[in-house]
Amino acid sequence: MNPSDQQPRTPRDAENWAKSVDRLNVTGTPTGALHLNVQGRQTLSPLKGFGQLWQKTFQATLVGSNHTPAEIVRVWKERFPEFQPPENRFFPSVTGVKPGEVVLINASTPGGIMSTGVMVMYSDEDSFTLITPQGHPESGWVTFSASQVDQNIVLQVQTLARASDPLYEVAFRLIASGMQDRIWQHVLTALAAHFGAPAVVTLTKQCVDPRLQWSEVGNIRHNAQLHTLIYTISSRLRKLVRGNAT
Amino acid sequence: MTPGKLSLAVRSVAQHISIIDIHGDVTGAADSALTDAYTSASTSSTIILNFTALEYMNSSGIGLLVTLLIRAQRQGQRLLAFGLTEHYRDIFELTRLNEAITLFNIESDVLESLNISRI
Repeated sequence: MNPSDQQPRTPRDAENWAKSVDRLNVTGTPTGALHLNVQGRQTLSPLKGFGQLWQKTFQATLVGSNHTPAEIVRVWKERFPEFQPPENRFFPSVTGVKPGEVVLINASTPGGIMSTGVMVMYSDEDSFTLITPQGHPESGWVTFSASQVDQNIVLQVQTLARASDPLYEVAFRLIASGMQDRIWQHVLTALAAHFGAPAVVTLTKQCVDPRLQWSEVGNIRHNAQLHTLIYTISSRLRKLVRGNAT
Repeated sequence: MTPGKLSLAVRSVAQHISIIDIHGDVTGAADSALTDAYTSASTSSTIILNFTALEYMNSSGIGLLVTLLIRAQRQGQRLLAFGLTEHYRDIFELTRLNEAITLFNIESDVLESLNISRI
């Protein structure tokens, strides 16, 4: 049947998805956030990055929890920054974790502070997904969810992403992949602790595509780590020049 | 969100061309069913996804389509699709799947592009 022959009706998931946008628009910078490398950037996807495509699944089980997945995900969205490790600061918009909203990120990395962000791609009562923009270390998305399995609740973080450019690919192979693993392990442990439960976090990794996408090598011009480094050095130089002038 | 039902059927429309008819909800729970359908169609050089009866899709479901696409690309197969409503076309645009999977409105359009007539 031709889809145009069907009665028009609102899909059940219509409110869950962000609308496709040409470029990201950040409305207002939350207090304390360094806002670079997000405004005007395009969102990417697991298909658009440079490096190998990995799916990583982190899980923690709340044994015999009295909470429902929806209750847990509601708290996860509302207090999302609190569950991050201190070196990974997230700044949701005042609207919160809702489809289409941008979340700014200030991360401390071995290369210094990095300012980037993500957009909420999808959100329902049991899960939400963040998609990365140009310049972010990864090209892809990460889904946070909770589900009922027998009498237990399984908390899950699942990433489907590849390094955005060659510099990030090298960094991931040397050190950043392990750092990222520790971030999501921290998030699940902190979330479980919030609900009064200890957590043993399991990790399953699958290389979905081992190929490098050389056609995407130009992504390096958006590299948020490099742009933030240049911004930091130039702003310090400006302060130095102003200090000497006075 | 309670996972809904999904049924998949694979039919051959020409030599080395198969259509996977998707009916219902594409979520993370569709993993094994999609894998089975792809395996049934895996001898085809062109696989066409029929989304005419797609009722619901979440981000895990779109992730499964990405992995299906990668698998097909690595096997040298072409992936096409038809039957997406405007809403799901927008999701394909958001996730850049529309840049890797050629989209058509209806089945006859895709078959015509492949120079085959309906069986």
